[in-house]
Amino acid sequence: MRALFDDYPPGEAFDEMVRTGGIRETAESVVSGMARLGLEELRGRAEYLRTTYIDQGITFDIGGEERPFPLDIVPRILRADEFAHVEQGSRQRVKALDAFLDDVYGEGRCFSEGVIPRHVVVTSPHFHRAMWGVNTPNGVRAHISGIDLVRGDDGVFRVLEDNVRSPSGVSYVMTNRRAISAALPEIAAQHRIRPVDDYPSELLKALRAAAPSGVADPTVVVLTPGVYNSAYFEHAMLARMMGVELVEGRDLVAHGGHVSLRTTRGLRPVHVIYRRIDDEFLDPAVFRADSMIGCAGLLNAARAGNVTIANAVGNGVADDKLVYSYMPDLIRFYLGEEPILASVDTWRLEEPEAREEVLDRLDELVVKPVDGSGGKGIVIGPRASQEELERLRRQILKDARGWIAQPVVQLSTVPTMIDGELRPRHVDLRPFIVNGGGDDIYVLPGGLTRVALPEGELVVNSSQGGGSKDTWVLAEHTPVHPQPAAPPPAVTQSVKMSEQVLSRVIRHQHEQQQQQSQGVTSC
Amino acid sequence: MLSRIADSLFWIGRYLERAEDTCRIVEVHLHQRSDDPSSPGEAARNLLLLMGHETREDEPDVLDALCYNEQSPVSFLSALGSARESARRARETVPTEVWESINTTWLAMRGGRLQRMRPASMFKLVRERCAVIAGLADSTMSHDEGWLFLTLGRSIERIDMTSRLIATASLAGNTPRAWDHVLGGCGAHHAFLQRYGAVAADRDAAEFLILDRVFPRSLIYTLGTAVDALEHLGPAFQRIRPDDPASRLLGSAKATLEFLPAEEILLDLPEQMARLQVVCSQTTESISERYFEGSLAATWVGGAW
Repeated sequence: MRALFDDYPPGEAFDEMVRTGGIRETAESVVSGMARLGLEELRGRAEYLRTTYIDQGITFDIGGEERPFPLDIVPRILRADEFAHVEQGSRQRVKALDAFLDDVYGEGRCFSEGVIPRHVVVTSPHFHRAMWGVNTPNGVRAHISGIDLVRGDDGVFRVLEDNVRSPSGVSYVMTNRRAISAALPEIAAQHRIRPVDDYPSELLKALRAAAPSGVADPTVVVLTPGVYNSAYFEHAMLARMMGVELVEGRDLVAHGGHVSLRTTRGLRPVHVIYRRIDDEFLDPAVFRADSMIGCAGLLNAARAGNVTIANAVGNGVADDKLVYSYMPDLIRFYLGEEPILASVDTWRLEEPEAREEVLDRLDELVVKPVDGSGGKGIVIGPRASQEELERLRRQILKDARGWIAQPVVQLSTVPTMIDGELRPRHVDLRPFIVNGGGDDIYVLPGGLTRVALPEGELVVNSSQGGGSKDTWVLAEHTPVHPQPAAPPPAVTQSVKMSEQVLSRVIRHQHEQQQQQSQGVTSC
Repeated sequence: MLSRIADSLFWIGRYLERAEDTCRIVEVHLHQRSDDPSSPGEAARNLLLLMGHETREDEPDVLDALCYNEQSPVSFLSALGSARESARRARETVPTEVWESINTTWLAMRGGRLQRMRPASMFKLVRERCAVIAGLADSTMSHDEGWLFLTLGRSIERIDMTSRLIATASLAGNTPRAWDHVLGGCGAHHAFLQRYGAVAADRDAAEFLILDRVFPRSLIYTLGTAVDALEHLGPAFQRIRPDDPASRLLGSAKATLEFLPAEEILLDLPEQMARLQVVCSQTTESISERYFEGSLAATWVGGAW
């Protein structure tokens, strides 16, 4: 243990594994497992991880170049009760988000009751009037969501943003688990880690549940923008693991309110489309006419109720960071409950007093565009140059609706292998939630832990040089602590072949007899 | 099965076979060069022409054009690259093991790694990797529609390339040594000796490579595989004749070869082989028209925004 963390620099932020003068209890067994391997061996295993990812083609595209997704050798550990809190909170949040979206594109109770001003919603760039009045078969609009959580200095999880358009990264959760189990088999085997392999079947179940009514055996497809999309690996993997077709826009034909696939045997109807294409490109007949990756007529078919688009079009309003600031109120309004997951304080720059305050303190706050994703456009006050702040100030004055401000949240750190040494790096957590309608909400145990690899960096997105970690949610039972003093009980005694055969013969006879006696009684 | 995926699988089959056969052809060429080192420039140009690549250089570098150069459309590296690209597009349909095998092969051969190997071991490596991929595909895919397209692609490419390989014998003047190399290039040397013994004539070699019904790289055998695959893809029972032009093209090519009088086999062999290559390209066209281009429907052609 000494060797691993001897020169581990104490960071300013909350570290999830190392506390002053020792190792946190949660991580103890993992750290001692790693210490037994030693740093040199750990480096070798990290190298193994990198090569397997290249061989398996687990990559993401940046500007047409395939890169392996960096996976760190040190897993991140969450206790069962820690994750139970996240799980409940995510469930509640998804329910509220779904109710909110349904309300926005329907009745509009949240406006008439004054919970959120109507202009906030309709001025969101992702609000699509075309979706108004379009009902979804089982009332679900956010079939798949990812909620980004960060952990502050106090160790409390806070929601940073909601993703109910096309949250990506779940494939890496599954491949990371497989790779880490192969790279650290000794350590993985000593812990009861909640499995993540159920995700594809839960996803398929939810997608089938969302099928238009009256379709007994719905055809589900995954719609991808194509092989050059940065998340293509994920699209292919989900399709393969669900056992459904992965289609591109040109494989689909929408005609007369129905959508079909072009197959070698003619057209075949499609009922549920899990689309990973942005709203703007989905249907050139409604949105951008120059989109070549969508399928004209999809939205018409959805409106006619013959096909379900998952996630629903127009969900982006809920991702809007200004709407985010109203989420606690919305949860209370729709569910009548207090929010379980804490939020980050947010200044709404539309409100004059808030704007005044923020413009005064630009150099200490984080300012984000409301519709940004992938960490684009974020300005971190304390690290920005005078010019950047000046430009930001002008932008805010021009378009106050387009920005929000938050205090700098010091993200928690986890030891990460950097150039062969363990160093603290900032992480976040994105749990994935699959909504099958009603109370049937599945939260993937763990989720994607993204890690910012440059020192001190707070933006963890993979498009900005981020990596990932395997996230272990330990099951309720305490991990099997290795006891070097007391050797494990004797190895299972092998049973002699003759005895095995004997017991099998006896059982066989027994079964026969039972059948016979059953036969007798039934006569 | 999606038309686009069927298309990808067909081309994975073709590209992989093309990579393997290109490597076999180059190997045969190098052997023939060492037998007859006169006019190396002309031999190299002829070979490239045979592979469908015209060049103006006096003494083109065969190894570069047909092996190492990723930019050259006739190199096996570019064929492997295309196979990998097709497999990446059909990744949810191609079994993981096959994909990984294609991917590692491609990665292992890029970036000048081949140049550092001796040609003989490079040829062996390529042949073996292609065999591994083909074997994995055969044993890990259901032999359903997708596999049939893969097999069809592989067979058509094999017919095309074997016919070119056979034609190289005439380039080298039909000497017994030349036929020996061609047999070796087809991996048929052993099978041929078992069948004809060591006292065989050049006609026997041609006969074996074209007409043997049980050797899996012979033209007749491969034509048979392709026709079978097409039959399984089409509707189950046809009373009069196959309803698609692809079957008819391949079937008639097969019959032409099969019922050729024994003494006419060597008569304008290059001409016959060229005809076979035309049949292959026509067949590909008609398969793609029938299965890949998708059911005819209105398509969005894009608009102003």
